[in-house]
Amino acid sequence: MRRAEFAIEWALFACALVSVGTTAGIILVLTVETLAFLREVPIAEFLFGTEWTPLFATPRFGVLPLVAGTVLVSAIAMLVALPMGLLSAVYLSEYAPPRLRRTVKPVLEILAGVPTVVYGYFALLFVTPLLQRVIPGLAGFNALGPGIVMGIMILPLVSSLSEDAMQAVPRGLREGSYALGASRMQTSLRVVVPAALSGITAACILAVSRAIGETMIVAIAAGQQPRLTWNPLVPIETMTAYIVQVSLGDTPQGTIEYRTIFAVGMLLFLGTFLLNLASAWLRERFREVYG
Amino acid sequence: MRRLPDRAFQAVALAVLCLALAALAALILDVWRDGASRLSWDFLTGFPSRRAESAGIWHALTGSVFVILVTAALAVPIGVGAAIYLEEYGTRSLLARLIEINITNLAAVPSIIYGLLGLGLFVRALGMGRSVLAGASTLALLVLPVIILTTREALRAVPRSIREGSYALGATKWQTIWHQVLPVALPGILTGTILALSRAIGETAPLITIGALTFVAFVPDGLWSPFTVLPIQIFNWVSRPQPAFQVNAAAAILVLLALLLTMNAAAVWLRDRYQKKLV
Repeated sequence: MRRAEFAIEWALFACALVSVGTTAGIILVLTVETLAFLREVPIAEFLFGTEWTPLFATPRFGVLPLVAGTVLVSAIAMLVALPMGLLSAVYLSEYAPPRLRRTVKPVLEILAGVPTVVYGYFALLFVTPLLQRVIPGLAGFNALGPGIVMGIMILPLVSSLSEDAMQAVPRGLREGSYALGASRMQTSLRVVVPAALSGITAACILAVSRAIGETMIVAIAAGQQPRLTWNPLVPIETMTAYIVQVSLGDTPQGTIEYRTIFAVGMLLFLGTFLLNLASAWLRERFREVYG
Repeated sequence: MRRLPDRAFQAVALAVLCLALAALAALILDVWRDGASRLSWDFLTGFPSRRAESAGIWHALTGSVFVILVTAALAVPIGVGAAIYLEEYGTRSLLARLIEINITNLAAVPSIIYGLLGLGLFVRALGMGRSVLAGASTLALLVLPVIILTTREALRAVPRSIREGSYALGATKWQTIWHQVLPVALPGILTGTILALSRAIGETAPLITIGALTFVAFVPDGLWSPFTVLPIQIFNWVSRPQPAFQVNAAAAILVLLALLLTMNAAAVWLRDRYQKKLV
């Protein structure tokens, strides 16, 4: 009897270890292939080179164009998601009657649950043609359309996490503010939002991380032309879209082209990992203050 | 006078909220307008074709369902096991705390990174090739953090008194968990699992990365069979310049959304049905 109990505990422990194994596996796979890549390409050329043409006859391995593409699309997404997400969070948390909140929140969650390949379709065949009517110079593939759509996709994340942070602010702070004669807007913007700031910041950082790692929207609608530009109207390529592009072709294992996707993936993993850590740290701090 | 900016702020915030909901409506209407006319029994049961008018999604639909079933078979036992360990056994130890932080972090790793892991580990190192098993294993790792997190929440919601009652009757820890705690937590676990799997069924990037084929003309016939899934078929059709294929993509999106809606409805139904019983 005791032995069976013991065995079960160990089996369950092994299940829990699978998650640690996943992290270790990710780091191991990425590191091994990235090191093999860096044996052929100097790290300085990879990190600071301004040309990315690994599939050409004379390959160049400067990752900056892919990084620029990723940053550009993510920045556009955040320009959409942050103001809209925060405003809806303030409205839902501080203004909306409970019944409205209960109906709107699940609908926003639907927005978060739509598969990203569907958003890609939407960006390529609805948003971009719509924008082309207003901006004549807009190319069929561009950073603007997918950026905006990505912003819409991330909005529910910003809104729901920020709203949670605002809900966690003690009632007493609001009541104190009202007692001093503040209006609802003054209370929301000058008391509740500052009090929830670290929680809200954590939500925003997580949103940036999500934008950087988002793949299908940009793979479908942003193009496949790595270029170092801040112009949102022309085709670009992001790090994630590059990985998809290479995966679609039949790249033999062990070639340098095959290794580039792991090197790019490593960069992507490190970037999102740091952002996730920062977000988790801020949330933890926020919990300490009002826990 | 002071009320004016307050009203204006409220109006702006409400307008923003409406804009977000309008975007959702535009998305659904756009896809419906493009693809509804293409939906037919032949489209559902047809195989891919070079001619857009006669192409169907049977291979991709069966591929999606098959992959998700295998994913569930792999991820649910491991995920629930891990959650039971973290919630019922090792909550205080430093190791358990580390595992916990690790799971939170994993939940935020981009899905395409899981694809690279699957490519390096399952497809190459373990020699599974571009099979259903490799795809399902990759997706299982992807949904594992979500299943663990929701299962823990479901376990946490089980009242302490149930556990104490069981111990008082002389039951061992595992007997208590198996006969008392798990049955009570089951609806919550099921709801979380269905939601996690509905996320997996829409995933495209990790499966493209492990090399799932974009053109498959047959139904997968086993764990080692090559496969494609609905989102990959959609991606493939969207990427083609011919408008006729984009109509196919829209129709396939409608099928995918219907599938997701069904799974979500099932989850909500389960939650509502059993929540009332508990209280």
